[in-house]
Amino acid sequence: MLGWNKSWKRLFAILVGLLMLTGFAQMPIFKRYYIADLPGLGWTADFYFNHRFHYVLATILILMIFFQIGRVIASGSLRYVTWFGWIKVVLWAGIIITGILRVLKNFPDFYFNPKMVMYIDWLHLAFPFILGLVALWGKFFKKKYLICPYED
Amino acid sequence: MLSRRSFLQGVLASSAGLMLPGTVEAYDRGEVLATLLDLSKCVGCGECVSACKEVNKSKFPVPKKPFPKMYPSRVKVADWSDKQDVDDRLTPYNWLFIQTATGTWQGKEFEINIPRRCLHCLVPPCANLCPWGACLKQKNGIVRINADICLGGSKCKSVCPWHIPERQTGVGLYLKLLPSYAGNGVMYKCDRCYDKIAQGKVPACIEVCPEGVQIIGPRDEIIAKAHELAKKMNGYIYGEYENGGTNTIYVSPVPFEVLNKCIEKGPGKPHLDKVPYSMDKEEYLGQAVLTAPVVGLLAGVLTVLSKFKKDEGEN
Ligand code: HEM
Ligand code: SF4
Ligand code: SF4
Ligand code: SF4
Repeated sequence: MLGWNKSWKRLFAILVGLLMLTGFAQMPIFKRYYIADLPGLGWTADFYFNHRFHYVLATILILMIFFQIGRVIASGSLRYVTWFGWIKVVLWAGIIITGILRVLKNFPDFYFNPKMVMYIDWLHLAFPFILGLVALWGKFFKKKYLICPYED
Repeated sequence: MLSRRSFLQGVLASSAGLMLPGTVEAYDRGEVLATLLDLSKCVGCGECVSACKEVNKSKFPVPKKPFPKMYPSRVKVADWSDKQDVDDRLTPYNWLFIQTATGTWQGKEFEINIPRRCLHCLVPPCANLCPWGACLKQKNGIVRINADICLGGSKCKSVCPWHIPERQTGVGLYLKLLPSYAGNGVMYKCDRCYDKIAQGKVPACIEVCPEGVQIIGPRDEIIAKAHELAKKMNGYIYGEYENGGTNTIYVSPVPFEVLNKCIEKGPGKPHLDKVPYSMDKEEYLGQAVLTAPVVGLLAGVLTVLSKFKKDEGEN
């Protein structure tokens, strides 16, 4: 009951892929390396568009992740989360918390001191890298994040 | 603390008139400061431009040459180190220049000189969109670029509605990372003499002006003064609402649409167009991001509970 069907899994993979794309496009490298010259990818050099797209994608991703958290908690399945699962939870929490702090920083009424903004930036960049490595490792060794008696 | 305060007040007294009363106290409280420029007074003598160059010399780039070879080859270096004297546009060595608008308006000829530099936006896209935390906003409203961290990708310039920051290749952190493949120097612009302000002094360009064109003070008071002045001269205001509001308020006897048509524009020479708030969509979308965790969690919990209920009903 807590497992995701194929189309949910696919949607999640697409979201993560697009978040990586729009995230990395926040850095001024897509034009330099001709990616923005490829047909259909001109938008990767449009900083404002990428920024807003990243927000939209993040909203959908957070909805999905918290929907799943809600289901796991409400069904009393927290105890079935594996140690591998907890590593992923921590890394996702890192991405989402730093991401939300960056969103807050962009509101006119919020102020964070410049050092803190810098560390948040660097962490938001580092967490996806680590999560990527951990996810690869998990795929390779067929690790599950949840051992659930009533999965699927 | 006491010595700092009395020191500040001493300085304040010496630069009386250029700094509104209460500015130092406002600064201590972390309030946003703004400058007011009365364009009817500016004679275009360029004293402010020279003072800016003089005072900020120690912050100017000292590039290492030859520059690292850049890949791919289309990446152009920006080198102003042999043209440090250029003062008719913005460069890494010239953070302020005088733009002159001549023309006729309402049948009268005019010549208006406009000191141009970074406007220090209230919600600065250059800082908010910097993916590296190098371009920063201080609590007092100063927006500046940390030359120790900046990689010179020039994104701040792309997203700035006036394209203010200027690049110098061959300096900065990128030289220590992957100089040929990422980064391209450091971006430079007016930092509102943040170091002088921190000592309770006024920025150099304000201090030296023989005509008293600029004053600095808490933003609310500067805005009030600007409206007073505009009313008195039957003039126009620029910078109060541009890009969602800036900390540089120009007051001119000639409308800015007219001035904008009469100035030379181009690289390093910003326009005087109306500028909509560039981060407004982020405000709506940001609300969505912030509500998503709650909505997602509730939906998840409710799905499970309703399923349990249904199962119970079936049993
Ligand atoms: C798989 C998920 C994600 C990846 C791979 C990712 C990646 C990135 C990268 C590489 C950057 C540019 C570097 C930086 O600014 O640190 C970035 C920027 C940003 N990300 Fe993400 N991100 C992800 C999820 C999120 C989430 C969930 C949020 C919001 C809650 C978010 C909000 C932001 C914001 C606001 C910026 C930068 C621009 C700014 O500071 O306004 N990201 N992201
Ligand atoms: S010093 Fe004053 S009068 Fe001279 S150009 Fe600058 S603002 Fe204008
Ligand atoms: S004028 Fe441009 S460089 Fe200056 S704060 Fe605004 S966006 Fe940044
Ligand atoms: S505030 Fe300082 S850095 Fe900015 S233009 Fe004036 S003198 Fe130059």
